Amino acid sequence: MTSKYQWNNIFLSIMVIALFIFPFVTDSRTWTILLTQIFIFSILAMSYDILLGYTGIVSFGHAMFFGMGAYTTAVMLDRIEPTIGVFVLSIATGMLITGIISFIVGLLTLRLKSHFFAMLTLALSGLFLVLAEKWRSVTSGNDGFTFRAPEFFKDRMMFYLVVLVCMVVVYFVLRRFVQSPLGHVLVAVRENEQRTKSLGYNTLHYKVIASVVAGVVASLAGSLYAISLRFVNTSVLTMDITLDALLMTIIGGVGTLIGPIIGAGVIELSQHFLSGLAKDYPIFERWIIFFGILYILVVIFFPSGIVGTIRQAFHKRKKQSVGKEEQSNSEEL
Amino acid sequence: MTSILKTENLTIQFGGHIAVDHVNFEMPEKHFKSIIGPNGAGKTTFFNLISGELKPTEGKVYFKNEDMSRFSSVERTRKGLGRSFQITNVFPNLTVLENVRLAVQSKEKIRYQMMRHFTSYPSLIQKAEELLELVLLRSKKHAIASQLSHGEKRKLEIAMLLALDTEVLLLDEPTAGMSLEEVPAILDVIKQIKDQGNKSILLIEHKMDMILDLSDSIMVLFNGQLLADGTPGEIMENETVQNAYLGGLYDEHIAKS
Repeated sequence: MTSKYQWNNIFLSIMVIALFIFPFVTDSRTWTILLTQIFIFSILAMSYDILLGYTGIVSFGHAMFFGMGAYTTAVMLDRIEPTIGVFVLSIATGMLITGIISFIVGLLTLRLKSHFFAMLTLALSGLFLVLAEKWRSVTSGNDGFTFRAPEFFKDRMMFYLVVLVCMVVVYFVLRRFVQSPLGHVLVAVRENEQRTKSLGYNTLHYKVIASVVAGVVASLAGSLYAISLRFVNTSVLTMDITLDALLMTIIGGVGTLIGPIIGAGVIELSQHFLSGLAKDYPIFERWIIFFGILYILVVIFFPSGIVGTIRQAFHKRKKQSVGKEEQSNSEEL
Repeated sequence: MTSILKTENLTIQFGGHIAVDHVNFEMPEKHFKSIIGPNGAGKTTFFNLISGELKPTEGKVYFKNEDMSRFSSVERTRKGLGRSFQITNVFPNLTVLENVRLAVQSKEKIRYQMMRHFTSYPSLIQKAEELLELVLLRSKKHAIASQLSHGEKRKLEIAMLLALDTEVLLLDEPTAGMSLEEVPAILDVIKQIKDQGNKSILLIEHKMDMILDLSDSIMVLFNGQLLADGTPGEIMENETVQNAYLGGLYDEHIAKS
């Protein structure tokens, strides 16, 4: 019999193969760009899921790690040379910097209770935004700057494939991470921190590890985002990025990893179609209002998100069928 | 006899209220000691001070003659002071097996492994299942902890505590909130642990029958102070204790037995 786990893998393999084939069967530039954006935001949302979904940490400063990755790649490609080597080096440098900063930030802030932590991350994120605005010699402030991407990425399809590979690799690495003994301790921290401590786990260590992993992955998303635009400005450090990640994670389903990918797809596609409708119906120029409504409805009626709700329905059905089977067995007896 | 756990002038003050007041106590190795006292006597606070959940205003806790002052609750657990809680304290959305497996994992020091799948440690799962067998919860290993009855949650908590395999077990009212039918099962588990003879147990309870059956010694707390400490017989005959707390409880117990 095929287990639930195997079904999951079969479904994922089909999806990944379909996405790999996609750019070879269509020449729609719009769809290639749109899907690339979805993959990038999927990576960001998965990183946020490690914090929110698995460890129960609400951070309002996740954009700072995304922004650091974006700026590191943009600055290095601009100042050194736009080659694949520099691109790879810039990703590694971005990850190293965010790793160090998220470690320090985590160590200083994660001792605090959740709401104080959330406020402090918001303040720190604001601090990095101001720093980027003022440090004009490097960042060009609010105006930002354009830069040349490596020749290899001139072909949008190649970039699409690279980003898709990154998303798949990040998904499998993070899945192994959350299914490891350490990953299970993260879930324990989310469930009951005091009890986790009483079992002999130093919960601060685990929260810092989650923060570093999430930060490093967000940095990768930032680097890819900068390449996709060939432009960077301070918008990569704004609260909007964190809210996007939060929305994608909640709509897709927290603590599922696959949920944030679906959430990123839903948000990016709705954004695309709603802004498209604005040509005929001016109300859709304010598509953000619809997002607000969608967010409220999801939180009220589907707090487990798309994946969580499907899983619950599946479990309920399974339970009912087991119940019916038991009933018919007892009737036969 | 060597003392495994000792407190010296242990005191904690919350504003003007002294919850635990200069308590000196000593417990030999492999000993079963119970703490009794009316509600608000400071029993759970005393546990919190021993386990490191609270920092004392004054005084010290010694575990195997080592001063525990500088150690956090996490470090104290790792050194061998395990505790259960008065209010059921499990991981509500994890399965019963997962709850115990996490405790076994901590005991086995597999705390920071992040790239191997958790199923690649079958010994942890096997040990967790053995403990669930001991507390009669094996048949519910795949149930979500929040769906268990109150009594089953208490059993689960004891399994988690046993999984840590600590030398000292601090049991805070393990039968609190249980129905009369559920109590014997917990009592049997505690008796089994005692009979194995390799643990030192400090128990907070209100059920006097249970205390008199199990305890090697009893200490009485009243208004945060140590009122008496002695064998069950000595405590029951102590007039101060009789007046302050027990009333006719001992006579009832004698009449029953």
